[in-house]
Amino acid sequence: MARAVTHQRKTLNTAIAWGIGLLIFFPVLWTILTSFKTEAQAIADPPVFFFFDWTLENYAVVQERSDYMRYLLNSVIIAGVSTVLGIVVAVPAAWSMAFVPSRRTKDILLWMLSTKMLPAVGVLYPIYLIFIELELLDTRTGLVIVMMLINLPIIVWMLYTYFREIPGEILEAARMDGASLREEILYVLTPMAVPGIASTLLLNFILAWNEAFWTLNLTAAKAGPLTAFIASYSSPEGLFYAKLSAASTMAIAPILILGWFSQKQLVRGLTFGAVK
Amino acid sequence: MATLHSRSAARAMMAPAVFLLLVWMLVPLTMTLWFSFKRYLPLRGGDLGWTGFDNYVRFVTSSAFWPSVQATLLIVGGVLLITVLVGVLLALLLDQPMWGQGVVRILVIAPFFVMPTVSALVWKNMFMDPVNGLFAHLSKFFGLAPLEWLSQAPLFSITLIVSWQWLPFATLILLTALQSLDREQLEAGEMDGAPPLARFLHIVLPHLAQAITIVVLIQTIFLLSIFAEIFVTTQGSFGTRTLTYLIFQRVLESQNVGLGSAGGVYAIILANIVALFLMRIVGRNLDA
Amino acid sequence: MGRMVLEKVEKRFGDVTVIPPLDLEIEDGEFVVFVGPSGCGKSTLLRLIAGLEDVTGGVIRIDGRDATTVPPAKRGLAMVFQSYALYPHMTVRKNISFPLRMAKLDKAEQDRRVEQAAAVLNLTDYLDRRPGQLSGGQRQRVAIGRAIVREPAAFLFDEPLSNLDAALRVGMRLEISELHERLKTTMIYVTHDQVEAMTMADKIVVLHAGRIEQVGSPLELYRTPRNRFVAGFIGSPRMNFLEGPEARRHDASAIGIRPEHIMPSPNEGAWKGRVGVSEHLGSDTFLHVHMEGCADPVTVRSGGEVDMHHGDTIYMTPDAGHIHRFDDQGLRIA
Repeated sequence: MARAVTHQRKTLNTAIAWGIGLLIFFPVLWTILTSFKTEAQAIADPPVFFFFDWTLENYAVVQERSDYMRYLLNSVIIAGVSTVLGIVVAVPAAWSMAFVPSRRTKDILLWMLSTKMLPAVGVLYPIYLIFIELELLDTRTGLVIVMMLINLPIIVWMLYTYFREIPGEILEAARMDGASLREEILYVLTPMAVPGIASTLLLNFILAWNEAFWTLNLTAAKAGPLTAFIASYSSPEGLFYAKLSAASTMAIAPILILGWFSQKQLVRGLTFGAVK
Repeated sequence: MATLHSRSAARAMMAPAVFLLLVWMLVPLTMTLWFSFKRYLPLRGGDLGWTGFDNYVRFVTSSAFWPSVQATLLIVGGVLLITVLVGVLLALLLDQPMWGQGVVRILVIAPFFVMPTVSALVWKNMFMDPVNGLFAHLSKFFGLAPLEWLSQAPLFSITLIVSWQWLPFATLILLTALQSLDREQLEAGEMDGAPPLARFLHIVLPHLAQAITIVVLIQTIFLLSIFAEIFVTTQGSFGTRTLTYLIFQRVLESQNVGLGSAGGVYAIILANIVALFLMRIVGRNLDA
Repeated sequence: MGRMVLEKVEKRFGDVTVIPPLDLEIEDGEFVVFVGPSGCGKSTLLRLIAGLEDVTGGVIRIDGRDATTVPPAKRGLAMVFQSYALYPHMTVRKNISFPLRMAKLDKAEQDRRVEQAAAVLNLTDYLDRRPGQLSGGQRQRVAIGRAIVREPAAFLFDEPLSNLDAALRVGMRLEISELHERLKTTMIYVTHDQVEAMTMADKIVVLHAGRIEQVGSPLELYRTPRNRFVAGFIGSPRMNFLEGPEARRHDASAIGIRPEHIMPSPNEGAWKGRVGVSEHLGSDTFLHVHMEGCADPVTVRSGGEVDMHHGDTIYMTPDAGHIHRFDDQGLRIA
């Protein structure tokens, strides 16, 4: 049984933890705040925190000048389609490895993981060349394919660990109860697996959204997602802090919100089940 | 036979994933190996024939190689040191009873979800800019001369940015591991007369050992290939050209594909050495 | 109907033989218990009958029909799993009616059978809850309810009580026996607990390393165990075995005598020993007596209010009619 903790102790913990939490979060907070300032206020010395003239002008300018919506659409399509495709390929594989394991299952899983460890830069030129040959450079299709492949091992792994938690006896019970394979999957397995599939979807969407090696190297103006959009602010627009902040806020806001839902899955997904 | 049938069905269900990953791994890998033994300059004459191990030798003997190894080691080592040390402390703190624990967790995790290009740009311009950055304002407030972070302390600056991005990952995993510690073990330790520090050293830390190892291994693999943070900030200048960035420059900027591919093979070997250790831990967990 | 015949049924996993060929007959309406230590193959045997594992060789007949390759659902059997295997996302009602829905029974009939089963099992008030909101005993009842509604030819139970606490276990034991009396359907019940076997079975099948050691009614096994394994496994506390000169006096390589067949006395008897630990249960007292030349203490049952203490000298007289003799193979000498 947990012991009662003194009030002072808890207050102290709270103060320290909130202080550190806010410090770590500060760059994000500062970016969001700055996005609502005028350019003059954004570089004001001393800096202004909350008491400035809040404006939405930066967002309008960013959209107008650099066509934010197109990049956003690219990000959504690339991250979304690659994740869904990955899951479509991975669900049967993970299902069979979890419920009909063989002696080679472990080796296959580890091998899949090893492909994830391949440093991207080591295969940059071949992929680049293949993309030129197949006319995939700067296309959404090309990025969807690459994104699906680099996340496939994580997707298989996450699904596998979720599926393995479904007790085999339940599937046997369904079989004894007269469910066909189709009914077993439809009425018993799917409802139990949906939470796991949803978490996998979420985390891999986030990973694909933030991927910044292939997106920077394989896209230009046409198929570039938000990572490339932001990189284009590198200079000299980067000196316009308020607009940079507005662009940044728009690029990270959707994911920050999704990310908060996926904290728990994050650990499982990125440690391949080794830490739960 | 029901189970025999399900076995062959299982193999069929695995096939697409296995096939895709096999192609994804073998084709580019073979091509990289192929190019690494060629003198191949797409913009300056194209394929100039086989050169044996020439590229491998030239890659490691070029003047850029050792500085890049050094930069890589300093960045990876620095980030690991910061994230693990701060991560353990932060995990211990977050495990304490407090008000608003959930909110603090969210605040701490947030940086992980910020895309690398955004965090690099925000840090570069809004914090580290020598004229208008917050750090410059801060230095002036204390009467100090503002530092030109990215040119005067480039490696430290990049280490700082990357640590900020990866601290949440380390913290979250260590916190999860910490929460799986059997409280009765701690109580047993207390009954046995172990003071808090001894309990941390003899009970908590050994329990975290596996999680720390995993954090180190996984981060190493990702950190060896950090790219966007350098691409957006220094473009590899001021001694921040890591191995990954060097290979990128050889392949895409100077279009010396043979040389870059040899570098790529080195990077693959390096990553595989780390991966091997990681796989052993993960594999052991699979059996459990 | 639920008569089952196993002929030369055999199971191997790769090179490992789990069950060497065995024959077994189960009559309609019988309550049969498979009992044995863990790893003896009793669960595997049950799963072979259920159809959840393929047999490597041999034939399984259910009511005269060859069911060896019939899929589990078509064998007309219902199974209660050790973990209960309830569907966590369905209410109790949906759980119980699941096999009926799979069999495409009409809705009215489904409801009738579910209500009936719920009434029998005292689950009527819980029909709209989910398994996560039920206690262990209630979950167990839901699992049984799911089996009952199918009106199967036989029920298969795989260690159904092992996840319950001791008090509930006794209660459920009675309920299952009661259910058997009422339904008169064949039941095959797997357990490692010989008390469950003795109290519930019409017929006990003792398994050891995949082989059937003995088949018989509880009292047959108690009175005339075929070998030392069965003798030691059935009965609580377990039978005492004596080897050496004492056994040779009976022309055997070992003799066995149950604690309840030894008469203790403070001053005279055939064997002499020293009292070790004594366990007072109230109704009985079990004395663990150390005897010269015996490695293990001999357990003796005595009355509840016995005046014996640690270190006392004790004399014991075995009941000559209840001495079991075994040869050097461990087999019973008639």
